Amino acid sequence: MLLNIKNLHLEIGGKEIIKGLNLGINKGEVHAIMGPNGTGKSTLAAAITGREGYDVTKGEIVYKGIDILEMPPEDRAKEGIFLSFQYPVEIPGVSMTNFMRTAMNEHLEYQGKNPIPATDFLKRMDEKKKIVEIHSKLTNRSVNEGFSGGEKKKNEIFQMAMLEPTLSILDETDSGLDIDALRIVANGVNTLKTSENAFIIITHYQRLLDYIEPDFVHVLYDGQIVKSGGKDLAIELEEKGYDWIKQENENY
Amino acid sequence: MMEYTKPNVLKKHLTDLFEESKVSVFSKDKDYISALRTEAIAQFDKKGFPSGKDESWRGTDLKKVLSKGYQQFLHPQNQDIDLSKLFICEVHNFDTDILSLLNGWMVNGYARLKTFENGTIIGSLAEAMEEYPELINEYYNKSDKINEHSFSSLNTAFAIDGVFIYVPDGVQVDRAIQMVSIINHDENLLVQNRNLIILGNNSSLTFVQCDDSTNKLTSLNNSVTEFFIGENSNLDHTKLQNLNNKSTLINSTYINQDANSNVSTNAISLNGGLIRNNINVALNGQGSNANVYGLYLMDDKQHIDNRVYIDHKVANCTSSELFKGILDDEASGIFNGHIMVRKDAQNTNAFQNNNNILLKDTATIDTLPFLEIYADDVKCSHGATIGQLDLEAMFYLRSRGISEDNARMLLMYAFATEVINNISIDPLRERIDDMVKKRLRGELSICDTCVLHCGSPEKEVHFDIDLSKI
Ligand SMILES: Nc1ncnc2c1ncn2[C@@H]1O[C@H](COP(=O)(O)OP(=O)(O)O)[C@@H](O)[C@H]1O
Ligand SMILES: [Mg+2]
Repeated sequence: MLLNIKNLHLEIGGKEIIKGLNLGINKGEVHAIMGPNGTGKSTLAAAITGREGYDVTKGEIVYKGIDILEMPPEDRAKEGIFLSFQYPVEIPGVSMTNFMRTAMNEHLEYQGKNPIPATDFLKRMDEKKKIVEIHSKLTNRSVNEGFSGGEKKKNEIFQMAMLEPTLSILDETDSGLDIDALRIVANGVNTLKTSENAFIIITHYQRLLDYIEPDFVHVLYDGQIVKSGGKDLAIELEEKGYDWIKQENENY
Repeated sequence: MMEYTKPNVLKKHLTDLFEESKVSVFSKDKDYISALRTEAIAQFDKKGFPSGKDESWRGTDLKKVLSKGYQQFLHPQNQDIDLSKLFICEVHNFDTDILSLLNGWMVNGYARLKTFENGTIIGSLAEAMEEYPELINEYYNKSDKINEHSFSSLNTAFAIDGVFIYVPDGVQVDRAIQMVSIINHDENLLVQNRNLIILGNNSSLTFVQCDDSTNKLTSLNNSVTEFFIGENSNLDHTKLQNLNNKSTLINSTYINQDANSNVSTNAISLNGGLIRNNINVALNGQGSNANVYGLYLMDDKQHIDNRVYIDHKVANCTSSELFKGILDDEASGIFNGHIMVRKDAQNTNAFQNNNNILLKDTATIDTLPFLEIYADDVKCSHGATIGQLDLEAMFYLRSRGISEDNARMLLMYAFATEVINNISIDPLRERIDDMVKKRLRGELSICDTCVLHCGSPEKEVHFDIDLSKI
């Protein structure tokens, strides 16, 4: 199993947000995680990628056979974990090229390889930009600074394409996108999908799942996965909303 | 070596030294200089060194610095130093003329004055005092406010040498002039060099002023530079300060601007035990513009004090200030920006910004904006921030595989780059850029040669590329 989350409990500032979550993912699979706002989807993504300030009180996150809870975020990234942020961060003064080249070279160094020569790097940038139809010159732009909402999301997928992760988590990459941008992002993901990698698609809407076919759909509610199923579950959620999930769980 | 215990003792030593020198070294002075010295030492004697009670020195404690004994050379020294090694400048493509000062004295080819065909005069101030008394009489010590600062008075009393530049009307000096002031001595040293730069009307000059030390010993450098900028003239001034942790630098810069002149002055403080930059800008002529920038990167127990006074005396002038600093460890800093807008200075635009990053909670910064406005048609703004590195940005970078150290470096560098980008000469900016990166990584050493030859430029860093240039 590529990722195995076992009985995960997590607190932020003393408040329990994830309350005993189990999730197993194999290579080649696409998992969709759906659920109402504030149920802990982004928190789960943060826990997998190693953001600080989240106290795991119980359980483990096993990735490629090792518990990664103590691993710093950069090492998780170099082991192939990638997060497309729900809210990509603007970093004035750090150019996209310096950012990406630094990241790439750190990955290469981790793999015991030589840094990528400048010309190869530029070629790779151009190639990967095409996947998400970024036409503007990224070279002298600061990371996400002044990017439109759509550009920011495309930029996340562009970075994913550059770094070729094994496990990609897309946190509401679809929200705020018009239909064109949505198609571009989805195409990007489909291009990058292989039998050797896996995706977690966090979304509210079934819309994105029309373009990226999930193998499994999970409903996250109040810090737990309360329902799992196939693609049909996403359609059912779209039709019925989340109220029935809430009711089912509150009746317990 | 002389050891003292109180600033008063140092003061007494200096006033005594002055009396002795009056009949020896200073006896050859022209009357004008001689009168200035006498007046200045009296002012210094009356005011003494600034103390903690002095409002304009609040937050900067000189007690320790002034409790030491210092030796001051009143003659040039013939040291056993290979000067050609000390003053190598290796900025590629940087077309520059270098004026070298060793312990406050002009050395090398410019020890005498050079007068160029177009009338430009460049060289030693000591020589200029002899050869161009009319210019000296007209400009020397004529800066606004210069007699109000006791350190400047002390400088006026003792100054003998430094850089002198005169650019006549209508002359554009193509090559940048670089002044490298190096302190290298095996005893506590007091250096008081004095620079006078005069631009006529419709002329321009790029002037780079480097203050360095080449060893680890104690020094006190009380340096004064006066600029007179004629109508429609342009000055591009960069100060580069890279001194050891036992160095104290009191750098006073007086800029006097005539109508429609443009000045950009940039103080890059990379290292130094205690650095005080006094920057006085007098906008005397309508339509003049001053950009005053600064970057300071302090750690350990270093102290930086930037004090900017911009005097809008007449209408239709603009000034903008941007000072940015990163302070680590127990470093401390002061930014004091005083904007004066006089009654007649209508249609004034004056902007001021001071942004700081404190890397540890033991580091401190005091930022004190002070707007004093007597005109009514004025656009003035000031802003100050004190913060840490953006944690969201840190996580974003690290989530892409960038180590914590490199992520921090990228963010610090990004913060600093806004100031560096204001340096207009490409090769110089690139070199300073490189030095700033090295400084942020803790790899910048006090140079063993010229400041622009610090460290090892051939060593490449991960993010040390600007692919937009390829
Ligand atoms: N940094 C934080 N500090 C405090 N509470 C937080 C923080 N991040 C998330 N939360 C809380 O955790 C819960 C889950 O948030 P989140 O994971 O963002 O939900 P989702 O992504 O499912 O909309 C919410 O109640 C939210 O208020
Ligand atoms: Mg969320």
